[in-house]
Amino acid sequence: MSTNSNSSSSFQHGSSEQLAGRVMKVISTFDFKSVVFPVIGVIVFCLLWSLAASRIDTSLGQFPGPAQVLSQSQTLLDEHFAEREKEQGFYDRQEVRNAKKLAKNPDAEIKIRKYTGKETFFDQVITSLKTVLFGFLVASLFAIPFGIACGLSDGVYKAMNPLIQIFKPVSPLAWLPLITMVVSATYSSESPWFEKSFLVSAFTVALCCLWPTLINTAVGVANVDKDLLNVSRVIKLPTSVHIRRIILPASIPMIFTGLRLSLATGWMVLIAAEMLSQNPGLGKFVWDEFQNGSSNSLSRIMVAVVVIGLIGFALDRVILLLQKTVSWDKQAVLR
Amino acid sequence: MSIKRKFLEISKVGIEFPTPNGPFCALKDVDFSINEGEFVSIIGHSGCGKSTVLNIIAGLYQATSGGVILDGKEVDEPGPDRAVVFQSHALMPWLTVYENVALGVEQVFKGQKSKSEIKDWVEHNLRLVKMDHAMDKKPSEISGGMKQRVGIARCLAMQPKVMLMDEPFGALDALTRANLQDSVMQIQKELNTTVILITHDVDEAVLMSDKIIMMANGPAAKVGEILDINLDRPRERVALSKSDQFNHYRQQVLSFLYERKGVVDIEDEKRKRTIDEADALETDKIA
Ligand SMILES: Nc1ncnc2c1ncn2[C@@H]1O[C@H](COP(=O)(O)OP(=O)(O)OP(=O)(O)O)[C@@H](O)[C@H]1O
Ligand SMILES: [Mg+2]
Repeated sequence: MSTNSNSSSSFQHGSSEQLAGRVMKVISTFDFKSVVFPVIGVIVFCLLWSLAASRIDTSLGQFPGPAQVLSQSQTLLDEHFAEREKEQGFYDRQEVRNAKKLAKNPDAEIKIRKYTGKETFFDQVITSLKTVLFGFLVASLFAIPFGIACGLSDGVYKAMNPLIQIFKPVSPLAWLPLITMVVSATYSSESPWFEKSFLVSAFTVALCCLWPTLINTAVGVANVDKDLLNVSRVIKLPTSVHIRRIILPASIPMIFTGLRLSLATGWMVLIAAEMLSQNPGLGKFVWDEFQNGSSNSLSRIMVAVVVIGLIGFALDRVILLLQKTVSWDKQAVLR
Repeated sequence: MSIKRKFLEISKVGIEFPTPNGPFCALKDVDFSINEGEFVSIIGHSGCGKSTVLNIIAGLYQATSGGVILDGKEVDEPGPDRAVVFQSHALMPWLTVYENVALGVEQVFKGQKSKSEIKDWVEHNLRLVKMDHAMDKKPSEISGGMKQRVGIARCLAMQPKVMLMDEPFGALDALTRANLQDSVMQIQKELNTTVILITHDVDEAVLMSDKIIMMANGPAAKVGEILDINLDRPRERVALSKSDQFNHYRQQVLSFLYERKGVVDIEDEKRKRTIDEADALETDKIA
């Protein structure tokens, strides 16, 4: 056995071993549990779902299983693109017509009409998303400052507490008729920034987004470490600096807990509000499909249900991401 | 005795805390005074009211009776002239070491120091406590002893008239503690800062102080004895531990804490109280 060949073979052997080792390392660091288990969960759920669905007969046909939902979502996608094509065609034709008119008579009055086609499922998704985000933003803009005021001052807290306790348990849907009437009575302008229906839905969302953020912010602010507050008192930080540099960073986790709760309830309430008030959005889509009562209706509603869930999940993740970027504590475990 | 006013005077300070079972009298007639540049320790058993005294001097608590006069002015609110070093370091976890110190400096020297002067001053104070190497670290990234150093730097950087320290070394291991004690003694000598240090470590009190204020147990605690420590500075712990004088002082503190007024006879106290209450009832009846 020559040393040379031995060393070279051992080198090859070593490198292949190294490679294997590296692969093993990648596999072992790859967290199977966090990937495989959720997949298993979803698969088992789908199996149970399709089993159960095949046994449920309704007056609108069989309850949709995962397969029908999948095919129906494809249909909804197709419908969306077809509608978009139609719209494009409409505008193209209009342009040609107007060009012809102008060519005949340069002073001719040309009309540009808006396409008024049916709103597709995806249009409704976008509408709902815009509404919930707007309502949530408006609510947070009020809730966080008021929450801070409640947390800082016992007097403010005692003044606000009865109002919070009374209005918090009221379903925002009870407000819906009032909001509708108030918005239509007070909001009118020639070229409105927002549709009335949009404002009604958004304010309804805002009303329920208010409370979790307000309460959590107040609790977070009131529970800032006593020693840190004492430091601030010894330094004699002015109130604005005190809030900016001590109170806000210290209560970020609680504020975000409130925001997440708010957005989740806001999203739930929005769907209900849209169903009830027939304002554009996912809720209206669901209601319309229900009223249609075609054989596809249930699958289409089921698609909406899944999408609503996915969007709710995504919204929560977005807030979580926001918290991660805003928070000073990068090691904090967020869930 | 002396006609000259004392630098810091605590006169007849008493405090009652409202509790569900009626007011609790934690301190009564606490009386002592401190000269400028003096290093004073307050020692006493846990719960006797040391922190309460300190908080009253800091202005964080309001005394129910009596008052505190610092440099001819009555203390009625917290302020940077009586900066506190907290036992729990109390650094803002979201600020770096530098920012934690700068937070106070920016406020205290607003309009007096320029931006670059503030930066120099913060760095100077961090260098004083040997923490200039970790300026950009967050408190979570440094050790307990280092955090306490930063807390001391934050306090010193405000140039307080009195530096109030509430068991600043309580949570540290013996070696780190010795190290910090030496640092504080050295800084105090350099800057001639007036310091009030709360401790329940007898060695620490004797080693560091010019004067030890020994507090009797509560409730209604008051100053038991005041012991002047006449040891030359700089003090060196190993040499001192062999010196008779040091051990003599040490023994005096120990004997106060464990043999004399430090431990109030609880049964005795209870009996006195019930008699008082009975008296009060009697007078109520008569009234
Ligand atoms: N905010 C408060 N409300 C009611 N009672 C209080 C309050 N602060 C302190 N006390 C009481 O006053 C007494 C003195 O408390 P203090 O914290 O000053 O003790 P201490 O000497 O600092 O003790 P330790 O060495 O354990 O820190 C204790 O009996 C405590 O229960
Ligand atoms: Mg204490």
